[in-house]
Amino acid sequence: MDINMFMQHFINALGLGSLYGLIAIGYTMVYGILRLINFAHGDIFMLGAYFVFFATVQFKLPWMLGVAIAIIGTTLCGLLVDRIAYRPLRSAPRISALISAIGVSFFIENIAVVIFSGMPRPVVQPPLLMEAFSISGIRLVPLALMVPAISFMIVTALLWMIYRTKSGLAMRSISFDIETTRLMGVSVDRIIALTFAIGSALAAVAGIMWALRYPRVEPFMGIMPGFKAFIAAVFGGIGSIPGAMLGGLSLGFVEIMSVAFFPKLSGYRDAFAFLLLVVILLVKPTGLMGEKLEDKI
Amino acid sequence: MSGLNSGDKKLRNNALTIFSAAALAVCLWLAPTFIDAYKVRIINLIAINAILGLSLNLIYGMGGMFSLGHSGFMAIGAYVSAILIITPDQKQLMWILDPISPWVMNLQAPFLLSLIAAGVAAAFFGVLISIPVLRLGGDYLGIATLGFSEIIRILITNLTPITNGPLGLKGIPPHASLLMSYGCLAVMLLCVTRLMRSNFGNVVRAVRDDEVAAKTMGIDTFRIRVLVFTLGCFGGGVGGALMGNLITTIDPKMFMITQTYSLLMIVVVGGLGSMTGSVVGAILITTMLEWLRFVENPITIGSLNIPGIPGMRMVIFSVLLIAVIIFRREGIMGMREFSWGWLLRDAKKGGAK
Repeated sequence: MDINMFMQHFINALGLGSLYGLIAIGYTMVYGILRLINFAHGDIFMLGAYFVFFATVQFKLPWMLGVAIAIIGTTLCGLLVDRIAYRPLRSAPRISALISAIGVSFFIENIAVVIFSGMPRPVVQPPLLMEAFSISGIRLVPLALMVPAISFMIVTALLWMIYRTKSGLAMRSISFDIETTRLMGVSVDRIIALTFAIGSALAAVAGIMWALRYPRVEPFMGIMPGFKAFIAAVFGGIGSIPGAMLGGLSLGFVEIMSVAFFPKLSGYRDAFAFLLLVVILLVKPTGLMGEKLEDKI
Repeated sequence: MSGLNSGDKKLRNNALTIFSAAALAVCLWLAPTFIDAYKVRIINLIAINAILGLSLNLIYGMGGMFSLGHSGFMAIGAYVSAILIITPDQKQLMWILDPISPWVMNLQAPFLLSLIAAGVAAAFFGVLISIPVLRLGGDYLGIATLGFSEIIRILITNLTPITNGPLGLKGIPPHASLLMSYGCLAVMLLCVTRLMRSNFGNVVRAVRDDEVAAKTMGIDTFRIRVLVFTLGCFGGGVGGALMGNLITTIDPKMFMITQTYSLLMIVVVGGLGSMTGSVVGAILITTMLEWLRFVENPITIGSLNIPGIPGMRMVIFSVLLIAVIIFRREGIMGMREFSWGWLLRDAKKGGAK
């Protein structure tokens, strides 16, 4: 493999990895606060992709408007899921909320089949983002650079929000001790809703960029990226936002590079992620950057 | 029933059980001659789903281990059994992507032996997986087992010389007759009941309810959990094998995570930790899923044509799952079990009114 080929794969991995990272942030924030694996998160991501598809391809709205509509629509869906399926179960055993999450995931996938039809649909990419240019022999499209750039900007903004604003302080406090935070006069349900809103908005951004990179949408497109992003969140250390991004990037590199160097293994591509998950859970269950979660006795 | 002492009661209960089992067997034996093939198939599927539900309930409801890997163990069972009972000539014709490996070609076993082999193979993988994974608790365990079942599915898709890859296996001899499926269910019910009523059952419940307390009582909790997990996997393997025999074709797509979700639904609706619940859940969910097919078929009412809506079946199914978990978390049976005493006491109460 020459250096050009390698750089090509490198950029690819960076793009895929930062998308995984964006989705993983939604998982990690919700898990950090509620200790709930939001199984429906991958499907929220799928909704983001569909909304942008409908706005721009079906209704021919300008791209900027379409993206805004998709993000707002997806965020509303995320809030709705929290309100209907998770909030009634706050005091229930955690496993109940998990089963509810599975139900929601199933519901969103199938309602998408009902409303959008199960047929995969092609997304028309804006030509501006697809004009290839080359830097010292490496052919690139603007989209390939845009995806990691936007992702890193979002993560920076998010970190600022978590560590420099009052809402961020409340979030960190809830993940530490939910009851005490409530006693301090924080409106816990509102902060949790805000967490879901941010997670869903990020999933929408990831969904939009995913639809641009792999130009088609279908109702079950969220399952695999969802699982993998969750794996990325666990790998990076669940509860940690930089960890989620790092986990996403690692997963992107593992997937792209293993197939690039060993093309024979391409059929096993999806297995690598799960293997990584099992290994990290066995070796270091807290992940790369996670804090130790202690069992209360 | 105040006139009966406990010995008499036991005798009465056993007599009732044997009698009703025999009556059920006669019904099942006669069923194929009186009911059409489609309904027989659904009745059969109920038994298989009950076996699968029970085995998942053993792991989750009774053992307290949240496992999402059941479809993987079903897949192992289904493939082992199918490879053992399909004849070499058929196999020769089936493998077109890659040549079949010779030892797979020549493996042969009678049906019952293949069922046991399916269970043993699934249990073997169960042990292999559980020893590292059961160190995790709660939802991490669920995710790790889900990961394993996905890995198994991907391996099956790619190991073409052994499994025929994405094409799957066709023409599996339909050995899973009504009597066979219900026979397996009866054996399983008997074994699980005996097990859970024994002291071992108490230990399992103790480990589920409070692992730390159980540990301080000197119970090797890890060993108990591995054992229960393995037993559940055995059931999953047998259930998967029966499923393959009923449908007569299997392919890796059959064993996606959705398969585990419907089993989870059976267990949750029936009641976590209740064997009766799993059977009731299997009856309800299986019939409901079949009955709901009508929403996906076009309906004509008078001159009104309602086109079928694909996907609607699963929408209703998932709404039901969410509703059950929000409004009736303990399911239909809770943790209660069916018993003759309960039935007769209730009947007497009803009569007295």
